[in-house]
Amino acid sequence: MSQPELNRAEIEQTDFEPLVRDESDAEKISGESTSYWKDAWRRFKKNKLALFGVGVILFLAFMSFFGGPISGYDYYTNNYAITNQSPSADHWFGTDNLGRDVFSRTWYGAKISLFIGIMAALIDVVIGVIWGAVAGYFGGKVDEYMMRIADILYSLPYLLVVILLMVILPQGLWTLIIAMTFTGWINMARIVRGQVMQLRNEEYVLAARTLGANSNRIMFRHLVPNTLGPILVTLTLTIPNAIFTEAFLSYLGLGVQAPLASWGTMTNDAIGALQYYPYQLFFPAFFICLTMLAFNVIGDGMRDALDPKSRK
Amino acid sequence: MKKVLEVKDLNVFFDTYKAEVQAVRGVSFDVHEKETLAIVGESGSGKSVTSQSIMKLIPMPPGKFAGGSIKFNGEELLDKSEKQMEDIRGKEISMIFQDPMTSLNPTMTVGKQIAESLIKHQNMSKSQARKRGLELLELVGIPNPDARIDQYPHEYSGGMRQRAMIAIALACNPKLLIADEPTTALDVTIQAQILDLMRDLQDKVNTSIILITHDLGVVANAAHRVAVMYGGKIVETGTVDEIFYNPTHPYTWGLLGSMPDLDRDGEEELQAIPGTPPDLSDPPKGCPFAARCPYAMKVCENHMPDYFELSDTQKSACWLLDERSPKVEPPESAKVGGSKRDEE
Amino acid sequence: MPPEIEAQMNAKYGLDDPLHIQYFDYLKDVAQWDFGPSLKLTGQSVNDIINRSFEYSLLLGLESIFLALAFGILLGVIAALRHNSGVDYTAMVIAVLGISVPNFILAAVLQYFFAMKLQLLPVAGFDSFAHTLLPAIALATTPMAFIARLMRSSMLDVLSSDYIKTAKAKGLNERVVTYRHALRNAIMPVVSYLGPLVVAILTGSFVIEEIFNIPGLGAEFVNSVTNRDYTVIMGTTVFFSALLLVSILLVDLLYTLIDPRIKFGKEGGKS
Repeated sequence: MSQPELNRAEIEQTDFEPLVRDESDAEKISGESTSYWKDAWRRFKKNKLALFGVGVILFLAFMSFFGGPISGYDYYTNNYAITNQSPSADHWFGTDNLGRDVFSRTWYGAKISLFIGIMAALIDVVIGVIWGAVAGYFGGKVDEYMMRIADILYSLPYLLVVILLMVILPQGLWTLIIAMTFTGWINMARIVRGQVMQLRNEEYVLAARTLGANSNRIMFRHLVPNTLGPILVTLTLTIPNAIFTEAFLSYLGLGVQAPLASWGTMTNDAIGALQYYPYQLFFPAFFICLTMLAFNVIGDGMRDALDPKSRK
Repeated sequence: MKKVLEVKDLNVFFDTYKAEVQAVRGVSFDVHEKETLAIVGESGSGKSVTSQSIMKLIPMPPGKFAGGSIKFNGEELLDKSEKQMEDIRGKEISMIFQDPMTSLNPTMTVGKQIAESLIKHQNMSKSQARKRGLELLELVGIPNPDARIDQYPHEYSGGMRQRAMIAIALACNPKLLIADEPTTALDVTIQAQILDLMRDLQDKVNTSIILITHDLGVVANAAHRVAVMYGGKIVETGTVDEIFYNPTHPYTWGLLGSMPDLDRDGEEELQAIPGTPPDLSDPPKGCPFAARCPYAMKVCENHMPDYFELSDTQKSACWLLDERSPKVEPPESAKVGGSKRDEE
Repeated sequence: MPPEIEAQMNAKYGLDDPLHIQYFDYLKDVAQWDFGPSLKLTGQSVNDIINRSFEYSLLLGLESIFLALAFGILLGVIAALRHNSGVDYTAMVIAVLGISVPNFILAAVLQYFFAMKLQLLPVAGFDSFAHTLLPAIALATTPMAFIARLMRSSMLDVLSSDYIKTAKAKGLNERVVTYRHALRNAIMPVVSYLGPLVVAILTGSFVIEEIFNIPGLGAEFVNSVTNRDYTVIMGTTVFFSALLLVSILLVDLLYTLIDPRIKFGKEGGKS
C-alpha cells in the first residue's frame, strides 16, 4: 500500500461500530449537475479565441452604425480635390480614387457585409430547418423526394450557381441574398434532417405523441429545439461564407452596385490601383479577413462547447 | 512456481483538465508460469489501465506512472526505453482487445497483420511469415486459411476476427498474453468457443494469461487465480475456488450475488450493488467500497484496511476480518451453486 | 441592320424556329461537343475559347490541388501527432487564418509583396513555372486549410482507435504505426473532400486568373459574364459541369483503391 503502514492496534474499538448513514446521502449525486446550456456556456467562456471573436463582431456592429457619424463624412460624396490621399488627421483611412472618405466607406461596408451575411444565414436556417425537419420527421417517400431535390441542387457548385443567378436576376442587394440562399440552405437541411431522424424515435417524442401532440407540435416544439446546437454552429459558420461570397461577387462586379460601398467593391477598386496606392487594399481586406476569422473562431468555439465529445 | 510477472505497488494517474485521476492506486500481484490470472471488476475499477500499463501502452501524457514496479522475467519494465519495449511487445507480452470489430486494421489483409510481428520479431521473410500465418490461422480454428489469409477483416465474422486477433497475439509464442475482455463483444455461444480456444492454446504454447473481465462466469471457466479490483485497488485475491466458495470481501459478495446462476432457486433474485463507484479524481480516504458497503463501519470511512492473509493464496482488504468487528455471514446470494460448498 | 440581312441571319442561326426547337437544336449540338459561336467575340466559337484557354486552367488547377493536398495533409498529420503541443496550436492557427482569408485578397497581397515589392516572381502572365507559383498558392490556401483541419481530426480519431493499439501491442515502432496503419485510414475523409476541392479550385480560378492576368477558362467565364455573352456562359458552364462529373467519378475510383470495404459490383478486384 502506498499510504504509511498503519498500526491496527491503534484503531479504537468504537470504530468498529456499524456506520450510521444519513439516508438522504445515499441518493446524492456526486459532482455539481448543470444544465446542457449552462455547461456549454461555461466551456465557451473558457475559449479565449472565441471570446475575442465575439468582441470583434460586437465592435464591428457598433462601428457599422456609428462609424460614419464619427468621421463626419458620408460614404458617397465625391471630392475630386482630394483623391487617393493617404490616411491623415482629416481622413483617418485616407480617400479613394473619387475622393470619398475610406473610413466612413469601411463602416458602411461593414453594415452591408454583416447585413448580407446574417440575412443569408437566417434565410438558410428558416428554409433548411423546415425542409430538414419535415423530411427527417416523415421519412419514407417524403424524405426520399425532398432529399433528392436537395442532392441535385447540392451537386451544383455554389459560386457558379450564384454567378449564373446574378446574370439572370435584376441587380440589387436582395437579389444577392436570394442568389446566395438558392442552394445555401441545403447544408442546414441535411444537418437538421440527420438530427431529427436520430431523435424522432426517442422516448420523449413517443411520449408526446401518445399524449396527443400533432406532428407540427412534435416537430417544432420537441425535435427542432433539441437540434438547436448543430443549427447554431452551422448558422455561425454560414455567415463568414456569405460574407466571402458577397465580397467575391462584388469583386467580380456582380455584387453590390455603386454608389453603395461594400468591402468587396472597395477591394476591387484597391486591387486596380495596387501598384500605386497599396494601402488602399489594407482596410477593406483587413476587415473582411477579421470578420471571417471572428465568425470562424466563434463557430469553432461553439462546436467545441456544445459537443464536448468532438473536442480534440 | 516461477513468477513471470511481478507487479508491486503500481500507481497510474491521469491528468485531465479537471483534476488528476488516480486510476490505479497501489496495485500488487504476481503471475506465475502457465497460469491464468483473472482481474475482475466493474468499468472504471482500473483493470484495463493496469493491463495496458504492463505493456506501457498508456498514452503519456496525460497518463503517468506514480511509483511502483512491474518486473517481467525479473527485469524492470518501467526502466525500459520505448525502443526496448518495442522488442518486448508482441514478442514476450501480447495483448488481445475487447472489440474484434475495431481492433483489426480495416485496410490491411489479415495475413499481413499477422505477418507484421513475425517479420519484426522473428526476422522472417515475407514468404516465411505467410507460411507461419497459415499455420496460425489453422491453429486458431479458421477454416480454409489459404483463402482467408488474403481477406480483409470486414470479410470475417466477429468470432473469426477474435480468432485472428489471437493468432496475431500468439504469433511469436509470447510468455504472457493479456486478454482485455476478449469475449465481452461476442455472442454467448462464440464466447465459450473463444475461451476454449485460449485454454487449448495456453497448453500448446505454454503461455501465462492475464484475463481482464467483469464477468465472473468467464472467470470460473478459464482462470486459476482471481484478483478483484475496485476503485483502483485490488480488494481481494485468491484461487478461483477460494473466491467462489469462500469470498470474504463484501464487494466480492456483491459481484457473486449479481452473477446469474442456473443452479440458483428461481425465487432468489439477482442482487444489484446499489450506488456508483467512487470518483477517482478525489479518492476516498478509507476503503473505496465503504460508501456502497452494507456492512460499513466507522473505521472503513477513515482507514484503508491492510490485507488480511487468509491462506497462502488468499488475501482480502476488509475491516470485517479484524477480530474486533462484528461477525458477518456472507449473504445467501453470494453462495455459489450451494452443493459444492456443502461437500467441503 | 437591313431587314433582309437580319432575316437571312435569323434563318442561318435558326432564330425563326420556336424556342423549344432552338433549345433541342442547342442540346443536339452540345451532345456533339459543339457549343456554337460566341455572341460577343466575332469569328470565335465557344469551342475555340475553351480549347485555347483550358490548358492554362488545367495546369494551374492541378498545381493548386497538389499544393493543397500535400501541405494540408502534412500540416494535419503533424498537428495530430503533436496533439496539444505548440506545433499543433500553430498549425491550427494557420488553418483558421487560411480559411478566413479570401483567395482574391491573398492573391493581391502575394502579388504586391513577392512580385511588386521584392520582385522575386513575375507579376502576371503564364509563361514559366515561376509565373504559376503565386496564383497556385493563392488558389490552394483555403482548401489546404480545410484539408489540414480535416486530416487532423481524422488522424486523431484513427490514432485513438483500437487497431492502432493492436499495432503498437505488436511492438511496431511509432513511425511504422503512423505510416502503415494510421495514414491510410485517416486519409478517407480527405478523399471525399476531393470533389469539393475541385469545385473550390475551379470557382477560385474565376478571380485568380483575372488578378494574375492568366488567359485561362475562369477568366474567360468571368469575361463572358460581364459581357453577357450567353453562348459562352452556357458553354463554359456545361464544360465545368462535365469536368466536375469526371473528377467525381475519379474520386469514386480512388476510393475503391484505398478502402477495401468499397467495391464496384460483385466482382471488384482486390486493391
